[in-house]
Amino acid sequence: MASKTTNLVAVWDPNRAAEIINAHLGLEGPALPILHGLQAAFGCVPSEAIPMVAKALNRSRAEIHGVVTFYHDFRDAPAGKTVVKLCRAEACQAVGGREAATFLLASLGIGWGETTPDGAVTVEAVYCLGLCAAAPAALVNGEPYGRLDGMSLVEAVAEETQP
Amino acid sequence: MIRLFVPKDVSALAVGADRVVKALYEQVGEGVQIVRTGSRGMTWLEPLVEVETPQGRIAYGPVAPTDVPGLLAAGLLSGADHPLRIGRPEDHPFMVRQTRLTFARCGIVDPLSLDDYRAHGGLEGLTKALAMGPEAVVAEVTASGLRGRGGAGFPTGIKWKTVADAEADRKYIVCNADEGDSGTFADRMVLEGDPFCLIEGMVIAGLAVGATKGFVYSRSEYPHANVTFAEALILAREAGLIGPDVLGSGRSFELELRVGAGAYVCGEETALLESLEGKRGMVRAKPPVPAHVGLFGKPTVINNLVSLASVPVILAKGAKAYADYGLGRSRGTMPIQIAGNAKYTGLFEAAFGITLGEIIETVAGGTLSGRPVKAVQCGGPLGAYFPPSLFDTPYDYEAFTARDGLIGHGGIVVFDDSVQMGAQARFAMEFCAIESCGKCTPCRIGSTRGVEVIDKIMAGTEPAANMAVLEDLCQTMKYGSLCALGGFTPYPVMSAVRHFPEDFNGSGINAKVPAE
Repeated sequence: MASKTTNLVAVWDPNRAAEIINAHLGLEGPALPILHGLQAAFGCVPSEAIPMVAKALNRSRAEIHGVVTFYHDFRDAPAGKTVVKLCRAEACQAVGGREAATFLLASLGIGWGETTPDGAVTVEAVYCLGLCAAAPAALVNGEPYGRLDGMSLVEAVAEETQP
Repeated sequence: MIRLFVPKDVSALAVGADRVVKALYEQVGEGVQIVRTGSRGMTWLEPLVEVETPQGRIAYGPVAPTDVPGLLAAGLLSGADHPLRIGRPEDHPFMVRQTRLTFARCGIVDPLSLDDYRAHGGLEGLTKALAMGPEAVVAEVTASGLRGRGGAGFPTGIKWKTVADAEADRKYIVCNADEGDSGTFADRMVLEGDPFCLIEGMVIAGLAVGATKGFVYSRSEYPHANVTFAEALILAREAGLIGPDVLGSGRSFELELRVGAGAYVCGEETALLESLEGKRGMVRAKPPVPAHVGLFGKPTVINNLVSLASVPVILAKGAKAYADYGLGRSRGTMPIQIAGNAKYTGLFEAAFGITLGEIIETVAGGTLSGRPVKAVQCGGPLGAYFPPSLFDTPYDYEAFTARDGLIGHGGIVVFDDSVQMGAQARFAMEFCAIESCGKCTPCRIGSTRGVEVIDKIMAGTEPAANMAVLEDLCQTMKYGSLCALGGFTPYPVMSAVRHFPEDFNGSGINAKVPAE
C-alpha cells in the first residue's frame, strides 16, 4: 500500500523537480500529471517549482499559479505526518458524519484543513470517497475506513499515527 | 484446490476485508487459494467471503477476523451452515430482483484476469463490433436507447454519430469517471471490479467514431480504483486489446488514465476537458459542443463511465435485448446506488420503471437506524430531496424531471427523521460555493448569498421576506448559470423548502453546521 510512504517528503531539490517535469513532457496536457508528481515528491507544489513548470510548458507563471490554486488537492506547504481525508458529503451526513467529524476535530483541537501544532495530523475535508454504502468514511494515510463514529474515527487516526 | 473469494473493493477494505484475508491465510492451511474480486454490491454484507462448492459459490457475511476460526470449524470450506451463511449470492433477495447487465461480472471475476473476463462474456461485444463495422456499431448503440448515465441523459448513439461524422485529423474518447456525487460509487466499482469492461467499451467507441486516443479521467479520492485500473491498462496493452493493432484488426487505439485533483466541477464535461488540457477546471460555454470542438479542439466523445461500460453488453446481446428493458424513453438498466441511512446499502442494477418506494422500502429495507424515512436525496448533491409522499415516482429520467428532480448518476441517499432540512439546504448552497469554478456570476455569487439568506431564515430574521429572496435567487441560479452546478443547486434547496417548510420556521435549530 502506498499509504505509509505518502508523507515521506523530500526537501526542495531543483534537479529532482526538473526530472519530474521532464518525465511528463511527452504527455498530451502534462500540467496536472506534473503537479501531482511534484506533490508526491515534495508533499506540496513548492513555489520554487512554479516558474520551472511555466517555462517547460511555455505558459505564464500566473497561469500555472492559477492552475495550482484552482484544485483543492494541491498544497503550498506539506501536510502533517498523518493525513485524514474525512468525507463531509450527504451520504456520510445521513449516518452521523457531522458528529463524528466534530468529535475528531475537538479531540485534536483543530479545525478543517488544519494541522495539529506538533505536525502529527492534518484533517482535510473531502466530498465523497465513493464509500457511501459504508458511511461515514475516511481515508487515513490512504487507508480506507468505513462505518465510522467519533470514537472509531479517533481510534483509526491513532492506529495510523503509530510509528 | 479449494477457492475462496474475498472482495478487494475499497468498500470491503474499509470494513476490514484485508484483515479477514490475513486471518484466513493464517488458518486455512495448504490447498486453499484466495481470489480477490470486486464487490457484488451488497455492501452491508461486506466483508463477504465466498467459497466455491459443487453447488456454486456459497457466501458468508459480514465476516470479521474474529469470525474466521468459528467459520472454519463449522465447515466454511465446504459451504456448511453457519449463522453468517447467506447461501448463493445470486439467490439473495437483493440480487434476485436485479437485472445485471453492466455489472454482470462485478464481484464474480478476478478484475485483473483477462482469461476470467473472456470466460464471462468479455470481448464478445468488441469481436462483434470489429465484424460489423463502424456505422453499424453507431446504429446499434443508437437503437439500444442508451442515454448518458452521468445524469444528463443525452442519447449516446447521437453523440457518437456526431463525432463519427466530424472531419478531423484526430478524435478522442474521454471517459468521465469524475464521480463526485455523494451517494454514488458505480464508476468506482467498475474500475475496481471489472476494469476490462470499461476498456472494451472505450475501444468500441474509438473504432466506431474513428478516434485513436482515449482518456479516463478519474478522481484523486479513488486511489485504490486508480491502482487497479492502471494495472488493467498494462495487461490490456500486453494482450493487444489496446495499442497499435487492436486484437489484430489493424486499427489503433491508445488509452491513458488521468487523475483529477479534488475539484467537483470537473465532473462537468467541459470543465473536465479543460482540466485534461492542464488548465483550471473552468466550464466552457456551449455551443460548440465537445462532439465538434472537444479535447484540444478536436471532435470528442465524452461519456460517463457507466455509459461506456454498458456498450460491450449492448453489442454482445444486441440493441433490442437491451432496449427491451425499461420504460418510455429510459431504456435498459440503471445501477441504482443505495447509500446513507439505509438498512441494505449497495449497488442495485435494475430496469428503469421500478418505483422509488419499492427501492427504499423493499430493496433498501428502510433506514439503518430503524427510524422513519424523512427524505431521500436522488441524484447527488444537485438532486432534489423527495419525501415519502413522492415514493410512487417511477425511476425514469422524465418522471423525475416532472417532479422537479433528477436521477443523476443513480445515487439515492436515505435520511431518517433526525435530519434537519434547513441544514441540508444550507449545505447544498455551501457546497456550490466551495466547488464553483467561478466563471458565471449566478453560481459564484449566488451560492454564497444563498448560504447567508438561509442563515437569516433559520435565525428567524424576516423569514417571509428572506424566503422570497431565496426563491428569487434560486430562479436566477437555475436559469442563469452556465452549467449544472449552479443550475441544479436550487433542486435540493427548493425541494427542501417545498416539501419540508416546517424545517424553515425560523426556530434556528441546528441551522449552523460548522463553517469551513
